Amino acid sequence: MTAPGKKTEPLIYEISVTGREGVKMPDCDVPETPLPDELIREEVGLPEVSELQAVRHFVNLSQLNHGIDTGFYPLGSCTMKYNPKVNEDVARLPGFAFLHPLTDDEGAQGALALMHQLQEWLAEISGFTAVSLQPAAGAQGELAGILMIRKYHLDRGDSERKTILIPNSAHGTNPATAAMAGMTVIELPSDDKGNVDLEALRAACAGDNAPTIAGMMITVPSTLGLFDSNILEINRIVHEAGGLMYMDGANMNSLLGIVKPGELGFDVMHYNLHKTFSTPHGGGGPGCGAVGVSETLKPFLPGPIVTIVEDTNDLEDAPLYGLHMPEKSIGRLKAFHGNFGMHNRAYAYIRTYGGDGLREVSRHAVLNANYVRVNLADDYHIPYNRYCAHEFVMEGHFEGVEGVHALDISKRLMDYGIHPPTNYFPLIVHEALLIEPTETEDKATLDEFISAMRKIAEEAKTNPELLTEAPHITPVKRLDEVRAAKQLVLCCRPEFLTAAAQAEG
Amino acid sequence: MAVNTPADLKYAATDEWLRLEGDTATIGVSDFAQEQLNDIVFVELPEVGKTVSKGEAFGVVESVKAAADLNAPISGTVIEVNTALQDTPELINSDPFGDGWIARLKVTDASGADDLMNAEAYKAYCATR
Amino acid sequence: MSYIPHTDIERQQMLAAVGAPTIEDLFEAVPSSHRFPALDMPGPLSEMEVLAELQSLAEANEHAGDYALFRGAGAYHHYIPSAVNHMLLRGEFYTAYTPYQPEVSQGTLQAIFEYQSMMVQLTGMDAANASHYDGATSLAEAVTVALEVSRHKRTKIVLSPYIHPQYRAVTRTYHQGNDLDFVGDDQARSAAELADLLDDNTAMVAVAYPNFLGQIEDFSALAEKVHSAGALLVVVANPMALALFKSPAAFGADIVVGEGQPLGIPLSFGGPYLGYFACREAYVRKIAGRIVGETVDKDGKRAYVMTLRPREQDIRREKASSNICTNQGLMALAATVYMSLMGKHGLRKAAELCYHKAHYAAKEIAGLPGYEVDESHPFFNEFVVKCPRSVSQINDRLIERGIIGGYDLGRDYAELSNYMLVCVTEMNPRDEIDALVEILKEVGA
Repeated sequence: MTAPGKKTEPLIYEISVTGREGVKMPDCDVPETPLPDELIREEVGLPEVSELQAVRHFVNLSQLNHGIDTGFYPLGSCTMKYNPKVNEDVARLPGFAFLHPLTDDEGAQGALALMHQLQEWLAEISGFTAVSLQPAAGAQGELAGILMIRKYHLDRGDSERKTILIPNSAHGTNPATAAMAGMTVIELPSDDKGNVDLEALRAACAGDNAPTIAGMMITVPSTLGLFDSNILEINRIVHEAGGLMYMDGANMNSLLGIVKPGELGFDVMHYNLHKTFSTPHGGGGPGCGAVGVSETLKPFLPGPIVTIVEDTNDLEDAPLYGLHMPEKSIGRLKAFHGNFGMHNRAYAYIRTYGGDGLREVSRHAVLNANYVRVNLADDYHIPYNRYCAHEFVMEGHFEGVEGVHALDISKRLMDYGIHPPTNYFPLIVHEALLIEPTETEDKATLDEFISAMRKIAEEAKTNPELLTEAPHITPVKRLDEVRAAKQLVLCCRPEFLTAAAQAEG
Repeated sequence: MAVNTPADLKYAATDEWLRLEGDTATIGVSDFAQEQLNDIVFVELPEVGKTVSKGEAFGVVESVKAAADLNAPISGTVIEVNTALQDTPELINSDPFGDGWIARLKVTDASGADDLMNAEAYKAYCATR
Repeated sequence: MSYIPHTDIERQQMLAAVGAPTIEDLFEAVPSSHRFPALDMPGPLSEMEVLAELQSLAEANEHAGDYALFRGAGAYHHYIPSAVNHMLLRGEFYTAYTPYQPEVSQGTLQAIFEYQSMMVQLTGMDAANASHYDGATSLAEAVTVALEVSRHKRTKIVLSPYIHPQYRAVTRTYHQGNDLDFVGDDQARSAAELADLLDDNTAMVAVAYPNFLGQIEDFSALAEKVHSAGALLVVVANPMALALFKSPAAFGADIVVGEGQPLGIPLSFGGPYLGYFACREAYVRKIAGRIVGETVDKDGKRAYVMTLRPREQDIRREKASSNICTNQGLMALAATVYMSLMGKHGLRKAAELCYHKAHYAAKEIAGLPGYEVDESHPFFNEFVVKCPRSVSQINDRLIERGIIGGYDLGRDYAELSNYMLVCVTEMNPRDEIDALVEILKEVGA
């Protein structure tokens, strides 16, 4: 958390001084070739700062941020757990960081062995047959999954299956993905326990509808942080209609060693390596949205994936690994082989815990969430107040207190040095606050959070302005977002800055 | 919340209003809708000359936190759009039924307006939400 | 255990508060038939052991730390000033998430705003977004924007055959459900020949600058034809080349996309990289993904915030034009720090070094018997060499001598078997280039 009164930082262009140089490049050690003048530009408007200026600038900027390293970050559905430092070192090993993506397979055996092993581990964890590490993020994993489902039906000559069923509690990416893949979305209501409304599902899959069902996308546990106790029945209904089941694995942090989605009947799922396996979030990416599939969808995986090209009988010798495009692949989702820098971090993470250790991750993530839930149940309305998974949702408003909203509670939490929970999601809960503590937080941190939340509930009744005017001690206060959207200023123009500086000078 | 619902207009369940004069229909979004959306920051106007069918989305009204489709409450061809909204989208907030109008259509079948709500029905409908 | 801090006593206290006898009880909603499966995986390792295992995997690779590298083809080995890495390792940056709460995310937001500003300068466009996954997906997103601009009335997309083959593949993967017609890259085609494919159903034409063969070309004539057909010109550009060569804006590009990896991001076997996306003002509201804008807080203090959010998937759901929800935040930060440190002069100097060294290598190789260098167009840091033997044979000999040779163009272009795409950057000192030339000479003899 940022200290009170921390000043804001000028733009890098505003500290730029004409003629100043930063990093020195070596002299040219070969005879120079004339430049093709007609194609050459005059100059590029980049800043001119010293190394120290740049370092101070970015260090100062960093201090305006809240990160997991600075404080508790219970942002629901995002799994903001500790990012082990050694994993950063792993990704920066020269043999990984300086490895060209188009190295011949023979020269990249270490990287390919790592990717192959990670594919195998992810398959084992989720009970799937095969895994592709291609997708760069969860949203790309979803796209891969829906494109596979689409192609599977088309491959069987089943061209009428264009409907994707999605519960109304889903992440917005689910319907957006389905639409992007050319599918039509039917939204399913939830019942009063937060489960998918089975009657609505049956109706959507019944009779003439059945031949139009391509599949269903569902998050397990749901975005309300609940295990849907009907999950086997849901899978059965959709499969009976001829559809395939997509599991959004955003909440996998509660399932490691607890249940294998492949064994529940799912056909495809994406992982978020940046959530569950702690490759960091990076201020909003990079991530990795690896996808796992059942035997049915294996030929359709996005590629290339890593396979064993030549096995060995000798235990001492490693097999020969190679990159391979699956037979009926939906194609590539990005250039090269996925975000390898996330693969090696996830490998290190999984290797550190081992199989039984991963189960402890989920057990403690769930324990932490339930501990916070029961401790806030007296002060906040928790609409589905039963054992939750790794996160739970509560309502951010108080009876008899007008004008205090979930957003105000979030903003007030910043004054306590805590990052707000996810606001206004899932959409089906009024004034939702989605809270996910993760397993890496200790009891004392959770107790501090609980105490802050209780104080805020009290403040809402006694001094609501403390909330509606919050935050008070952050580097900036609430922003004028209307102005940002209306008077678009999306970049600074150094040419104008220079002119202004000269005018002042 | 007191919402304004002028009596001479018809209303769609998707919160557009319609004023029919001969075969010309003027269309905008209701006071209730602009209240719900809050500060409107951008309007994607339909193209003049475009033919739309009743219920079809033919524009977008954006606030900071939401984007709502503008659905045609009646079928027709777009003959005029309110270009003032390009620079001053907030007209929809300040005067939804006047200067905040969005488009004019040449209506193909005026009976398409028959099943729209009158002011009283729309007011009651808003009260349920 | 590892990163879980709980003690036995705390676990007991917490379970007592929850009212569950054991942690297992918390999972009662999971079907009992499938609960708590065994995971057939190796046991845990200490940090020391993990690091040792990964070091041995890393060292099993032929990498540019040990080898002289002359391969580019979409991923480039450039010098990364030390300070870049130090900034990326600030936990406040890399352990934060998407800046949904601007009051505690000004660091990330301002850095993105600065990144957008620098990309605007490099490309000459009016606006840039906070980035996409990589250059390939940026091109795929450009197609989406072009379709939106045509209000989905046009369905034909013209792609130059000399855009990175994998970018073209990704673009097709993205749009396979959308009934589009991708044309132009089925055979060798010049820019003028691409223009022949224009019609009133064409939403966009995409070309690369430099193209996959390393060539730099002025697209003004093409741009004129594309615009008179009512389509958009999309240029896939190497940002390092833009420090030296005219910006795509100068010859009429509408959207400029590309791979930001050359700007301070290591090779990392292909990712994470940085897809940049910049466009003219008219298309700003069609951009998918994150974009940061300037505003003020309630005290009137300047501040930054994600803007144009209503078009995104979490609000528009199935009506969003793209499902993208993150950018490559940390990679955009790397590029921002890199461009700040290199600055106006340093980046130009690096680009000039690439140019001079590549031309020196090209001249030397052109002088070897059996080799021909394509000099039909100006080039930046990559050029095409016709070899006297297969590229794989040559590369096998090079690797024995500690050199990773050029890319085998025959892998993607049937007519270019025995053609090698050689890349030279500021990372290749003269003696490496001379060694390459010497071995090529031996192999060619």
